[in-house]
Amino acid sequence: MLWNTLLLALRSIRRNLMRSFLTILGIVIGVAAVITMVTLGNGATQSVSDQISSMGSNLLMVIPGQRFGPGSGGAPSFKSADVDAVRNQISGAERVAPVVGTSATVVNQANNWSTSVTGSTSDFFPAGNWEMAAGRVFSETEERAGKAVCVIGETVREKLFGRQNPVGGEIRVKQFSCEVIGLLKSKGQSAMGHDQDDIVVMPLRTVQRRLVGSQDINMTISVRGASSIDAVKQQITLLLRERRNIGENQDDDFRVMDTRQIAETLTSTTKILTMLLGAVAAVSLLVGGIGIMNIMLVSVTERTREIGIRLAIGALEREVLLQFLIEAVVLSSLGGLVGIALATGASLFLAGLMGVPYIFDPAINLVSFLFSAAIGVIFGFFPARRAAGLNPIDALRHE
Amino acid sequence: MSDSALIRLSGITKTYGRGQAAFQALKGINLSIGAGDFVAVMGSSGSGKSTTMNILGCLDVPTSGSYLFQGVPVERLSRNQRTLLRRNFLGFVFQGFNLLARTTALENVELPLVYRGEPAAMRHAAARSALQQVGLEDWEGHSPAELSGGQQQRVAIARAIVTSPAVLLADEPTGNLDTGTSREIMELISAFNQKQGITVLMVTHEPDMAKYARRVIRFVDGRVERDSRDEGGV
Ligand SMILES: Nc1ncnc2c1ncn2[C@@H]1O[C@H](COP(=O)(O)OP(=O)(O)O)[C@@H](O)[C@H]1O
Ligand SMILES: [Mg+2]
Repeated sequence: MLWNTLLLALRSIRRNLMRSFLTILGIVIGVAAVITMVTLGNGATQSVSDQISSMGSNLLMVIPGQRFGPGSGGAPSFKSADVDAVRNQISGAERVAPVVGTSATVVNQANNWSTSVTGSTSDFFPAGNWEMAAGRVFSETEERAGKAVCVIGETVREKLFGRQNPVGGEIRVKQFSCEVIGLLKSKGQSAMGHDQDDIVVMPLRTVQRRLVGSQDINMTISVRGASSIDAVKQQITLLLRERRNIGENQDDDFRVMDTRQIAETLTSTTKILTMLLGAVAAVSLLVGGIGIMNIMLVSVTERTREIGIRLAIGALEREVLLQFLIEAVVLSSLGGLVGIALATGASLFLAGLMGVPYIFDPAINLVSFLFSAAIGVIFGFFPARRAAGLNPIDALRHE
Repeated sequence: MSDSALIRLSGITKTYGRGQAAFQALKGINLSIGAGDFVAVMGSSGSGKSTTMNILGCLDVPTSGSYLFQGVPVERLSRNQRTLLRRNFLGFVFQGFNLLARTTALENVELPLVYRGEPAAMRHAAARSALQQVGLEDWEGHSPAELSGGQQQRVAIARAIVTSPAVLLADEPTGNLDTGTSREIMELISAFNQKQGITVLMVTHEPDMAKYARRVIRFVDGRVERDSRDEGGV
């Protein structure tokens, strides 16, 4: 009976190619959308946390205000004196780099490029896990004098110098001309679409005097290997509270964040994004399901009469049901499998395009597959169950 | 009337709907049909012919009364047992053909054998032979949409007789066909009755078609009004 019924089910699928195709299509689109969205979202999250761990796990960032991101919410900025205080008084702090950021257009001959300019000390490079591809970092003399020298990232070199060696060359930043003394090793693209190599680093004083005209800074601190990050954070917090005259009952007006916290802040954003995309895609899976339901309902008259015919010529109710169940399962499984294949292809392609890693997520593949199978069975099987329970004559007469 | 009758209906009633809307379509049918007979059922529209045929074919259940098929009380059978009765003893021909769409003539004729669990080789041979008997051996690969009404009805007849049923139930088999084609269909049905001894019950409006039968039963308003057998022949 099983074999015969399987045969009947496959015949029926082949016979109604258009209906079968549309059913499969609905499932394929839904499943592929859900899996692709979630896979890309996971990839983006992974990419963000990879990028942050490339900053080094021993890194602390100190910013004014309680929010991460631009704007300090009225909290006073840090000054060079704060940097010195941390450097001198916190024994666990290996490197303390003051950081000032701005953006500017840089020019070399006919080429110009808008990039971000960071002012810091030579401590910036080891603290941020940067290595040199060519040339050198600035010396203490250059730092103190606020000399017009700079170290550039790979992207800036490409835009301004093409394939030439930039070291020894000159770039113009706003009104002044600046000697390129070093080239950074490429770190690649980040998940947020941020190109880490699109950077120009100058001595802190140069940027403060010539570009931003203020003394405000943030701090990047690398912690000595042997010291506990939490202990160092604690010490820095206490020191800065004292320097900023924060009373015992008052909250901090600055944040000391380690890479884990930065990672959490950033990945929570991409995780929310993943969930949103997944939800949108789930809607498409639902729409696919409704499409299937539509196809089934449109064909329900024909199918009910078909069931009437089968019952009349001697099919048992359970044989009819089994046939329809097999049909539904075969169609929706096929749709699910094609959807998974399509999603894998699309995810690989889009992940490559977006520069995020492709991470196969068995759970979402399985859940989407089961969901599609359930939709197929519910919408394909239950109308049939109703029809097969009728008196044959009522099924035959169905209009 | 002997107890050896193939089919015996006594006091069969059928009421559609309930309460205010209830309508009694059959008001007590008593009928017995012997094996090998060819019975035409006539009567005006709405007189209960189809309702009776559906009950005889176990496609529908009566409201009350008793139905013996080869001495077996059908009303005591389960739904599945009634299906098996259809599968093993009955063949149907409907006014509207009721073939499976987008399905070849051969596959349509094979279908009852599939449900009987016959092996593929036997199914093909039997279905081909049945199509040959209705003169459609060259049309086995065609689907209903590619066949004329008369051809479709012949496929339906082939499907009905491929299992060599005890009874062939035909509800206005020529109702949708022109006179010439109707005659061909009647010749076929008549031949199966005579050569294979298949008992035939056939509803028809046309006296011309009823002439092929040996016995004519006339329905009026949910009752058997006249039975030619009781009057000693057609
Ligand atoms: N499914 C049904 N529901 C309600 N009334 C029905 C149904 N089937 C038939 N009837 C009624 O029962 C009566 C007998 O119908 P039927 O047996 O089809 O007549 P015939 O075949 O002799 O023309 C008719 O009045 C018809 O309207
Ligand atoms: Mg009728």
